[in-house]
Amino acid sequence: MSTQNPAKIVMRDVHKSFGPKVVLDGLDLEVGQGESVVVIGGSGTGKSVMLKCVLGLLHPEQGSIKVDGEEAIGMRGKERDRVLEKFGMLFQSAALFDSLKVWENVAFGLIQGRGMSRDDAKGVALTKMAQVGLGEDVGELSPAELSGGMQKRVGLARAIATEPEIIFFDEPTTGLDPIMGDVINDLIVDCVQELGASTLSITHDMASARKIADRIAMIYKGKIIWAGPTDEVDHSGNAHVDQFIFGRAEGPIQMEVLRP
Amino acid sequence: MVAVSTNFLAAIGRIFLAFMAATGRLSIFTATALSHCVTPPIYPRLLLRQMMSIGYYSLPVVGMTAVFTGMVLALQIYSGSSRFNAEGAVATIVVIGITRELGPVLTGLMVAGRVGAAMAAEIGTMRVTEQIDALTTLSTNPFKYLVVPRLIAGALMLPLLVLVADIIGVMGGYLVGTEKLGFNSASYIDNTFEFLEQIDVVSGLVKASAFGFIVSLMGCYHGYHSRGGAQGVGSATTNAVVSASILILAANYIITELFFDI
Repeated sequence: MSTQNPAKIVMRDVHKSFGPKVVLDGLDLEVGQGESVVVIGGSGTGKSVMLKCVLGLLHPEQGSIKVDGEEAIGMRGKERDRVLEKFGMLFQSAALFDSLKVWENVAFGLIQGRGMSRDDAKGVALTKMAQVGLGEDVGELSPAELSGGMQKRVGLARAIATEPEIIFFDEPTTGLDPIMGDVINDLIVDCVQELGASTLSITHDMASARKIADRIAMIYKGKIIWAGPTDEVDHSGNAHVDQFIFGRAEGPIQMEVLRP
Repeated sequence: MVAVSTNFLAAIGRIFLAFMAATGRLSIFTATALSHCVTPPIYPRLLLRQMMSIGYYSLPVVGMTAVFTGMVLALQIYSGSSRFNAEGAVATIVVIGITRELGPVLTGLMVAGRVGAAMAAEIGTMRVTEQIDALTTLSTNPFKYLVVPRLIAGALMLPLLVLVADIIGVMGGYLVGTEKLGFNSASYIDNTFEFLEQIDVVSGLVKASAFGFIVSLMGCYHGYHSRGGAQGVGSATTNAVVSASILILAANYIITELFFDI
């Protein structure tokens, strides 16, 4: 599971349970400097939990998560704030603040996190919105007035507004039509190349994974069971990966479906 | 028989443990929130917005509650005191009843219904739509951004609301006393202020501040810990109002004992 670049994020033997339910069961994964890693896997396999563990939103019971060589598990206060400043995240539901206008959402990290003045932050926000194809007029709307695709674009603009070193994408194309999904994928690739950021994405959309990933890893039952370059995913030799990427009901992954 | 009694004891044990766990979670939440109240940054814009929401926008409902309470209080005291020819005490009992008890308690309960529920619903929705996680990833502490402005605004605005409720409640009593019960206007006002002491008003305002803190704390706590979509947010809203109401009544008794040392 190692990378050729110096590692930006290193997860080793990460365990996380909720009561008796084991979600992460010794997960190992690395994300290299400037690398785009996409983790694929079915629903409930621990993809979102993995991201939340790295961000400190959930606390693993065991294992190690290093960001730029610093142990992130157990970090608190200003130390944790300093590490979090390196991150940007696009949430599955966009998670826009519905009490704020669109431009205020994009500028939020600059105003609250970096202490930038509202006027300066608005300028940056409008530039970032233009980068994802949104005009100035959209900035004055409230998030509830936007379509799903536009909300994702605003979420992307917010994620890149502070020019983070690491960006997480949580199901970036879920809920979008295939064309809008591809537009979002292109925007992600463009924005990440421009920033030179390292990215970790989770998805079960293979078209999205193939487009944005340098490397793909598959998570199953809380473990990374295969990882490799994107162009090798079709010849992984792993029956779990083959079943997932070709979307077959038959195979080693058995869905728990109650049949009548 | 042994199995039944064992099951019964196990059920009591489970309830006790769940209660202790909830108390522990609330204590940690309160301590964390208080520690953030005294350390920068404080967001003045958000604080002002919450002060408007809790204070200014609650004025109509608090005013209506106070005026009718003052009116009915005057009627009831007149009716009761006429049995032993003590009608002259109506004004005094109305003002003491309003300032010490009914003003703060009814204002607290009305604000719990109006504001506590809204807080739990707003923060709960933010929780289930990952907006609180988004705050963290944008280098913003959710306690400082969401909880602290509401707690401070609650503790500051409830005393002002109660002061307004006291004045309107006493005016309600005055209206009924002079227009319906036949009291002389000047003597009713004289009786109102003759036996009113500073501690009657101050104790009510101290209660109000405590009630404001309780309403905001319960709204934030239940919203922050809500889970599971719309149903979870609904439960959080109900729990916020019910727990705030019960805690207000319990705190009212404790503060009354502390002030008046009966």
